[in-house]
Amino acid sequence: MTVESLSIVEAILSSAVSAGTIYLIASVGECITERAGVINLGLEGIMAMGAITSFLLTLAYGHLVAIIGAALVGAVFGLLHALLSVSLRLNQIVVGLAITWLGLGLSGFMGAPEVARGLLKALNPSVPEYLAELKQAPRLPEMRMEPLSDVPLLGRTLFSQNALVYFGLASALVLWFILFKTRWGLSLRSVGENPALADTAGINIFAIRYLAVIVGSSLAGVAGAYLFIGYQPFWVEDLTRSRGFIALSLVILSSWSPLRAIAASFLFGGVETLQFRIPLRGFGAETPQLVMMLPYIITIVTLILISLASRGRIPAPAALGKPYSREE
Amino acid sequence: MEPMTEGLLQNLSPSPSPIPKIEMRGIVKRFPGVLANDNVDFTIYVGEVHALLGENGAGKTTLMNILYGIYTPDAGVIRINGSPVRLRSPRDAIKLGIGMVHQDFRLIEAHTVTENVFLNFDGLGFIPKWSALESRLEEIAANYGWRLNPRARVGDLSPGEKQQVELLKLLVRGADILLLDEPTSVLTPIETKMLFKTMRRMAEEGKSIVLITHKLSEAMSVSDRVTVMRRGRVVLSKPTREATVEELSTAMVGTQIANSLGQEQAGTRSADSAPVLRVSGLSVIGDEGVLAVRDVDLSVNRGEIVGVAGVSGNGQIELVEAIVGLRKPLRGRIVLNGVDVTGASPRKLMELGLTYIPPEGKKWGIVQELSIYENIALRIARYEPYSRMGVINWRRIMEVSEKVVSEFKVDTASIKARASSLSGGNVQRLILGRELTTSKPSLLVAAYPTKGLDIAATDHVKRILMRLRAENVGVLMLSEDLDEILELSDRIVVMYAGRVVGVVRRSEATPELLGLMMSRGVGAGASP
Repeated sequence: MTVESLSIVEAILSSAVSAGTIYLIASVGECITERAGVINLGLEGIMAMGAITSFLLTLAYGHLVAIIGAALVGAVFGLLHALLSVSLRLNQIVVGLAITWLGLGLSGFMGAPEVARGLLKALNPSVPEYLAELKQAPRLPEMRMEPLSDVPLLGRTLFSQNALVYFGLASALVLWFILFKTRWGLSLRSVGENPALADTAGINIFAIRYLAVIVGSSLAGVAGAYLFIGYQPFWVEDLTRSRGFIALSLVILSSWSPLRAIAASFLFGGVETLQFRIPLRGFGAETPQLVMMLPYIITIVTLILISLASRGRIPAPAALGKPYSREE
Repeated sequence: MEPMTEGLLQNLSPSPSPIPKIEMRGIVKRFPGVLANDNVDFTIYVGEVHALLGENGAGKTTLMNILYGIYTPDAGVIRINGSPVRLRSPRDAIKLGIGMVHQDFRLIEAHTVTENVFLNFDGLGFIPKWSALESRLEEIAANYGWRLNPRARVGDLSPGEKQQVELLKLLVRGADILLLDEPTSVLTPIETKMLFKTMRRMAEEGKSIVLITHKLSEAMSVSDRVTVMRRGRVVLSKPTREATVEELSTAMVGTQIANSLGQEQAGTRSADSAPVLRVSGLSVIGDEGVLAVRDVDLSVNRGEIVGVAGVSGNGQIELVEAIVGLRKPLRGRIVLNGVDVTGASPRKLMELGLTYIPPEGKKWGIVQELSIYENIALRIARYEPYSRMGVINWRRIMEVSEKVVSEFKVDTASIKARASSLSGGNVQRLILGRELTTSKPSLLVAAYPTKGLDIAATDHVKRILMRLRAENVGVLMLSEDLDEILELSDRIVVMYAGRVVGVVRRSEATPELLGLMMSRGVGAGASP
């Protein structure tokens, strides 16, 4: 392999990882939520909220506060979801979609120039207001993991990224371990499979479901923050472009395992970067919409393939989407 | 079930005065409109298998639920090892060493055996040592002679193995009083034997086991002591070796109906020989993707009951599903009343005179959430005069529903009641009533029609099958109960590993012969 072709491969893999991390952080969180039996269709809206929060907070206080703030905003939306879907036992699909629309609408509103300016002023009066109107924020710096970053291929792909990429990988590993190796994880998975049984075994269903939804939503918030400050630090409305829904389908592709979510996310990160590379080679230059559809088409095709491969028996948590109440 | 040998029984009643483990005295439990337990006394001794015998609704499950802390009694005392206790929840009961295996397994199919057993187990630590836990389970399993892999997914286990997982859950929590609610209802005869061996072994170890059952033969074959309940009262309690079958069955049902069917014994009619159903060379693929039915030939004549015997899982259900149109045959022909119906839809078959009584009526025969009359409408609303141009005539449907409920003695306050409120026996009456009132079948296919029913309901179903035979209907029946097959069938088809290994006339059949054919696939006489 020539040095030049190696560097092209490196470039493609590296951008697959940086695009894939958006999916990784969100789908790892959703793995946890769904393993407890709750489906959170609000990911899209929560990601949008995480993105706008990170935009404003980065300008006001810097990256660290922005990331923590995005996680907290995600947690608040998760609390709302849990309140409606776990305590009030409303239909999870309806609750999730409502949260998506709420998040998309609210983030769009907060990003409007006059509003963003006002918010920034309220957050930190010492920051020049006009920054909000530029719709930009400083990108997260690259954090090289010497000497690993000098390893050929892998070095640039995995170890010359920003802190949130490492965070995404670490959270996948840690949450996989908790889910499958610890007592907590066993309790959580039981709640998603058979809540009535878990209840009689003395497990607090409601606490676990609340926690699972809130953790998953916080991660969706962080995924939104990464999308903005780690990937594309220029605010536009509909920044998320259905990535929350793709993350939802990646949970199925990774069969509810945070470890497999790493592979699935980076694969789709690759698909996402391809759409920027293909037009450069001339294909579809006239009709960019076709190429932009690629991730969504591949999502649908993947889901069909999964269903065929598992002969229509996708191993979803048995109680997924079903509210639990003791009386039934 | 083979009876216990005398010698073994004597070994197992160790001392002349056994030590009481649990004493329940004067237990009363009222539910709205029912006195479920009426001043019940019940004593369980150390190291015994105690059969609690009675029909459905006799109050046995209520009594055990009280002992397990699910219900609190309105009156009465419970003493464990001599000291009075108060049981407010199953958790209290478990702390005192009482464990219960419910009729329906309470397991997580997607999880492993070990994960199921140690779910929320005290003292597990944040990161449990799974391999140590697995070897602990292996030890217990070896002690009882089970071949159970702790790493297996519970969803892949047989019913007998799932029950072992339920027992493991209790054993690791130190239970020494085990309450088993109808534990054999989902087991094959071989698994039942295994369970009984386990129960005996547990009793030897000093555990006390209560077998809740409505099957006399089980009480006779495995227990040291038997208590019979009827209508909320204890009517008899004595050592099993001093009890007789006649005495117990009279105690259970109050009157003797056990043998009254004998008068219209099977095999007496000479069936006219027009076959209503003829199956030839039929092969069917099962759920696992392999051949479940292999090259089966079979016929049912008018006015004849053909029983299909076999250990469950030998292709009976797939055969029936192919005949009634629920499963596409791979090869072969099915002819109903002279018409080739191979691969026809269930609706077409219904219109050609076939009626099907599915297994597990509650699951496959009705929609639980709908009312009784809506369940009846599901079957007939398509046809005139019950609907006209797609608009249902509910008045007509109500009329026919009232007729079904009264003629088939479905015990319900109203036809508007939800079907989920019916007991198993009443569901089966409703299904039979719906099928037979609204159509005149020439062939009835019934899959395990009496499974899980109490004696009275079983009796009712059997009478209906015999009435149909008298009306010149052909009946094809699956059953796991050999006695029932021998009692009703004119001819018996034995299946083994997907093949018909023999067809035996009622007059030539004995339980021994059928048992041999079922377990080894040995054909009768010269037939291969």
